[in-house]
Amino acid sequence: MKALCWYGKTDVRVEDVPDPKILNPRDAVVRITRTAICGSDLHLYDGFIPTMQKGDILGHEFMGEVVETGASVTNLKVGDRVVVPFPIACGECFFCRRGLFSACDNSNPNAWMQEKLYGFSGAGLFGYSHMMGGYAGGQAEYARVPFADVGPVKIPDGLDDEKVLFLSDIFPTGYMAAENCQIQPGDTVAVWGCGPVGLFAIKSAFLLGAERVVAIDRFPERLRLAAESGAITINYTEADVYDELTALTGGIGPDSCIDAVGLEAHGTSIGAIYDKVKTLMFLATDRSTALREAILCCRKGGTVSIPGVYGGLLDKFPFGAAFDKGLTFKMGQTHVQRYLRPLLEHVVRGEIDPSFLITHRMRLEDAPEAYKIFRDKQDDCIKVVLKP
Amino acid sequence: MAANEEALTNVGQATEETGEGTRMGATVNVGQAERWASAIGGGALALYGLTRGSLGGIALALVGAALVQRGATGHCNLYDAMGYSSAEGGGLRNSENVSVPAGRGIKVEKSVTINRPPGELYRFWRNFENLPRFMNHLESVRVTGEGRSHWVAKAPAGRSVEWDAEIYNEKEGEMIAWRTLEGADVDSAGSVHFEQAAGGRGTFVRVVLKYDPPGGKLGALVARLFGESPEQQIVEDLGRFKQLMETGEVATTEGQTSGRSVATKEQTSGRSASAGR
Ligand SMILES: NC(=O)c1ccc[n+]([C@@H]2O[C@H](COP(=O)([O-])OP(=O)(O)OC[C@H]3O[C@@H](n4cnc5c(N)ncnc54)[C@H](O)[C@@H]3O)[C@@H](O)[C@H]2O)c1
Ligand SMILES: [Zn+2]
Ligand SMILES: [Zn+2]
Repeated sequence: MKALCWYGKTDVRVEDVPDPKILNPRDAVVRITRTAICGSDLHLYDGFIPTMQKGDILGHEFMGEVVETGASVTNLKVGDRVVVPFPIACGECFFCRRGLFSACDNSNPNAWMQEKLYGFSGAGLFGYSHMMGGYAGGQAEYARVPFADVGPVKIPDGLDDEKVLFLSDIFPTGYMAAENCQIQPGDTVAVWGCGPVGLFAIKSAFLLGAERVVAIDRFPERLRLAAESGAITINYTEADVYDELTALTGGIGPDSCIDAVGLEAHGTSIGAIYDKVKTLMFLATDRSTALREAILCCRKGGTVSIPGVYGGLLDKFPFGAAFDKGLTFKMGQTHVQRYLRPLLEHVVRGEIDPSFLITHRMRLEDAPEAYKIFRDKQDDCIKVVLKP
Repeated sequence: MAANEEALTNVGQATEETGEGTRMGATVNVGQAERWASAIGGGALALYGLTRGSLGGIALALVGAALVQRGATGHCNLYDAMGYSSAEGGGLRNSENVSVPAGRGIKVEKSVTINRPPGELYRFWRNFENLPRFMNHLESVRVTGEGRSHWVAKAPAGRSVEWDAEIYNEKEGEMIAWRTLEGADVDSAGSVHFEQAAGGRGTFVRVVLKYDPPGGKLGALVARLFGESPEQQIVEDLGRFKQLMETGEVATTEGQTSGRSVATKEQTSGRSASAGR
């Protein structure tokens, strides 16, 4: 089959590789009908995530048709259409039982790697480095899906692929980011980053009852989509974000702040330049401009919700501000399995059409080009969907 | 790239230094936290710093360094450690009960919580023939008589090491203790304890293993057999035991596809060719 493989920083290629096969009784194999490129893939593409190996198959946002099931999979049958969540979770461990699927104890065969860096290991993830399990990803024609009796959600006939594909990651991720804000009536939620995750966070914040959402980015087309979703927008290259937010909230600050940017934040401030230099010199790993700003802007006693990915060590982290204001932090890989069915319901009822942010539809063969376009936000790119 | 190389060299050094530390009789009671701090802090920084370069092996080497370093803590204070608390009901407290005499050998103790009742876990473990399903270094265990078993473990270069063991103490549903019999390549003794975990969290499983690596020609073999760090080996074995008991299978990517395995005609023709588009 054809699959997109990683060979190094900004070096990804579509190669012919063997078809995946069932390795465990709870596995299934899925023929992929749609797959997407995520902001998280860019961290791999840009070489920020360690423990990648040449030849690793990328991709964690995919859906398709079941073509084979392992002996223990009874809930799925060949021909079922499914969306596959990006964390791999067993459904049986302490964490899965509590709905903390991305913290699953049993799905990472390389748990020891993460234990060295993080103390404990989270779930295995598709196509996201060996430290995260080393599982082959879904930017391919087929994928092996472990614990297929827990993760994949069946899609009713008549619903377009494009309307449900994002249940695999970014829709639940934006939703969980908003849910983590524990939005109260009258709340203002500020969202850094109007990429796919930020846009879903904005929509979800409204779904969960936010009075106002303020969206921050620098790309006009992304800010436009945010505005179409009902957000007030700030272009951080044209205005001072802190000043704008305090003005908008009568001097109080937003009740909650969502960092939907992550470790590759862009910026022009002294702090951002400092980050860039330090990461280039291998002295720090993550650039946290957006997170710092979110902490400083958040109101006292407010919540900072962080769906944006961080991998290592942060520098110049304003912990004093966080402490003194008594902030609450919520973060982590999304517990996608928890949100699949409720969010699918929203889609079925027509309350949200997640396909609104697709700007590019390309073939799997063109994935290397697609990565470039998405990374550089060329051609007003917001989200790329690939068809194998 | 110079930074890369420097980091690498440093890692190499660190490995060697800690390698020294793993020797038996090395200074003990060096704060675990201190070791962690250096392993995580230094390791993580170098690891991430290197992400721009070629990764895989380097990262693994680094993790390996941390692993060795941690292994060092596992080796500490064997002698005193033998008075460990697991001995209620027999355990390894009395030196005459043990194939590895007190004052010799390496002792490792590790635990895991498994979301299953103690009795179920006990029964699975009590059939020693099940052990190779989650202990990767074991090739097979054959039960040869009441309480007796024959173990075959993998060794480098396609060789294997074998020994006979006996269960010398057990408490139904709670504890099993075994030791190697006369003539084993590696003298070892182990016990596993199953305790009801608080708050309905299943079972607290604790394994204590003591082994005596002989010198001479087997020395090297044994070191490899147990890996650089027996502590790490046991952590991983227990992780797989947990996976097997909680999910019915052991998580794996072994045998999966990747760009490292070039597709032959038959491998792709099966599905891809017939797949309707
Ligand atoms: N927690 C999870 O499970 C999870 C899941 C999916 C994605 N993510 C992460 O979410 C983040 C966003 O993903 P995405 O797909 O939307 O990526 P994306 O790259 O399309 O979007 C990031 C956006 O942030 C903007 N940005 C950069 N610097 C900024 C700054 N200083 N202030 C405000 N905006 C800034 C960029 O202009 C861009 O529009 C990534 O870090 C990704 O890894 C996390
Ligand atoms: Zn994603
Ligand atoms: Zn689990």
